[in-house]
Amino acid sequence: MSKKVFVVYKSFERFWHWMQALLIFFLAFSGFEIHGVYTFFGFQNAVTYHTIAAYMFLILIVFAVFWHLTTGEWKQYIPTFENMKAQLNYYIFGIFKNAPHPTKKTVLSKLNPLQKLTYFGLKIIVIPVIVTSGLFYMFYRYPTQSGIQALNIESLEIIAVLHTLAAFILLAFIIVHIYLITTGDTITSNLKAMLTGYEELEDEIEEEKPEDLTNEISISTLENN
Amino acid sequence: MKKIVAVLALFGLIIIIAIGVFSQNEQEPTLTMNLKEKYSKKYNTSVDHTKFIILQQKFNTPQQITLACISCHNQRHREIMKSNHWNWEREEYIQGRGIVYIGKKNVMNNFCIGTKGNEESCAKCHIGFGMDSTGKIFIDSTNIDCLVCHDNTETYVKAQEKGGAPVATLDFNKIAEGVGKPKRTNCGVCHFYGGGGNNVKHGDLEMSLFEPTRDIDVHMGTDGLNMQCTDCHITEKHIISGKLFSFASTCSNRNSCEQCHTNNPHDDDMLNKHTLKVACESCHIPTYAKVNATKMFWDWSQAGKLRNGEPYTEEDSMGNHSYMSIKGRFIWKKNVKPDYIWFNGTAAHYLEGDKISDITKPLILNKLNGSYSDDESKIVPVKIHAAKQPFDPINRILIQPKLFSEKKGEGAFWKDFNWLTASEVGMKDVHLPFSGKVAFIRTEMYWPVNHMVAPKEQAVECSECHTRINSRLDGLRDFYMPGRDFSKPVETTGILLVIFSMIGVVLHGSIRIINSWKNKRGLK
Repeated sequence: MSKKVFVVYKSFERFWHWMQALLIFFLAFSGFEIHGVYTFFGFQNAVTYHTIAAYMFLILIVFAVFWHLTTGEWKQYIPTFENMKAQLNYYIFGIFKNAPHPTKKTVLSKLNPLQKLTYFGLKIIVIPVIVTSGLFYMFYRYPTQSGIQALNIESLEIIAVLHTLAAFILLAFIIVHIYLITTGDTITSNLKAMLTGYEELEDEIEEEKPEDLTNEISISTLENN
Repeated sequence: MKKIVAVLALFGLIIIIAIGVFSQNEQEPTLTMNLKEKYSKKYNTSVDHTKFIILQQKFNTPQQITLACISCHNQRHREIMKSNHWNWEREEYIQGRGIVYIGKKNVMNNFCIGTKGNEESCAKCHIGFGMDSTGKIFIDSTNIDCLVCHDNTETYVKAQEKGGAPVATLDFNKIAEGVGKPKRTNCGVCHFYGGGGNNVKHGDLEMSLFEPTRDIDVHMGTDGLNMQCTDCHITEKHIISGKLFSFASTCSNRNSCEQCHTNNPHDDDMLNKHTLKVACESCHIPTYAKVNATKMFWDWSQAGKLRNGEPYTEEDSMGNHSYMSIKGRFIWKKNVKPDYIWFNGTAAHYLEGDKISDITKPLILNKLNGSYSDDESKIVPVKIHAAKQPFDPINRILIQPKLFSEKKGEGAFWKDFNWLTASEVGMKDVHLPFSGKVAFIRTEMYWPVNHMVAPKEQAVECSECHTRINSRLDGLRDFYMPGRDFSKPVETTGILLVIFSMIGVVLHGSIRIINSWKNKRGLK
């Protein structure tokens, strides 16, 4: 099989990824200041900036959810245990011996089983927890302020603690994620792919039209599946 | 690639601009502008008291002046005689005790302890004449002292230890003709000097407020709105709004900032959310006793020392009495950061004759009720005044000593310096038992701080409370506050998670680097 250049990450996907990266970095930085770990912006500014960034993050999530649903890309994240052991073996042993990646990356299946599981967990648990607790954090006073005592939330503690826990998990994820960028075919191939969208992959599916690199083709192939 | 970098840069820029736009808001709220306009208006009197012939007569007794006032204002004395300023007590409800009548007449404090038996001296701050221990004056309306509140000439002075009578040598015609609405001087002459000297009691009410700057009090500042006490303490039929919880117990007739400024006075929504649980004063009075020091501690147990058989006084570095033979040892402080407590507007009090249940702990004379979980409670700033004061260790009750007397030998502590006789005479005056033993117990009083509101630029910063180190709210631990609090298990788990991720990444990376280096060598 020959190697060809494919559009792996479409432009919206890249925009979403980098915007999300930027926002999560900023939210983490301002958030841990609010948490009392250090002082940089000053508490009041940190709260203001954190809130603004949170709103931007919410808007981005709405667009991302829409995109994932309409393009069918959400299927990429359905966890599978097929090849899981091989993938684990690769990260623990194979990678040190220059063994080949056990999971073939294709446009239709960009993620290896470990990635699928991790991103699935992020999207199903961690992000919903941090977003929901964040919304409660912002609005938990409103019911009482507007006189609806029945909806009163007695204590901020559970909200804040869940928000913090999710933040720690995201932070750990980012550390590992950034490192794992370097485990592609070359050190920078994953990073380049996420920046430009193009990546050299083994040519399996599109042998009939190898020169065609347009988005439309890839999307239509996805839809046919 | 270039396109992507450009897009990212553009979005970075948008974020920065958005933050800038959202965070700048210099405009003054309309509400504050309207209030400023309202309180800038000059008040013009409708009559000229100098034209009244009745006020030009020769006054031989202060009661004659009162009669002259009542001859025109012929219902006002009835209002006065119902007021707590006159009666030195008011009807209050205390949880667990029911209705009680409390006030200066019968409540004990940890300054000069109580008025009973010392009326002639204490009455310098009563709005009447002829106070004595019999209490006869309270039924005679001619004993009302109209001038102490309504003198606008600033020359009216009450005499020391004369039961509330004025100094005899004053020009009463000039004073009577110069009456008007009470000014800061009228209220301050008593309320600034409570406890036997300037700023002894309150900490936020003292003589600098006669002519304050905006920095001392943003409302009363003579370089600002120059507001008078009665602008906020709105008075109708001589019933003055607002009360202090050294005596008060019920959440009624309270004065609040919200009555003008509303519940949502800030532009910033985040700040407005605070008003549900935080009283305005907590942030807007960063310190009290800004100009002159206030008394924080009073040790009665040290009183009575004499030098060559004579009482003496000592002063601290600020020029305040640090020791007085008649009163004991004091600690004064200036620019004090308030303590903060939850307060729902109700209080319990130690009343004369109450048994002290635990003599090993400080006795709180006015317990202010409240907690985070109580919807009515807010965080309020308080001055905590501590003292060591005499109590009867056998009967377990606070002692009301006889302090003041004209002559030696009547048992008064300020003349004879003997705790036993002073206690014996004092307790007999209040009809309470005395075992013949005197000991000293630590007591505390909580004084809500409401005055000396600073200009908004000087308000307490968010980070003074929302911080892990030296938070102003360190004492209040019954709720979660961002920036100060965290869950220990979650914090430990989170930090370990991050550390292990880093270690894992570094280890994995190092092995990869070493192996690829070995492979290259091997290939060679």
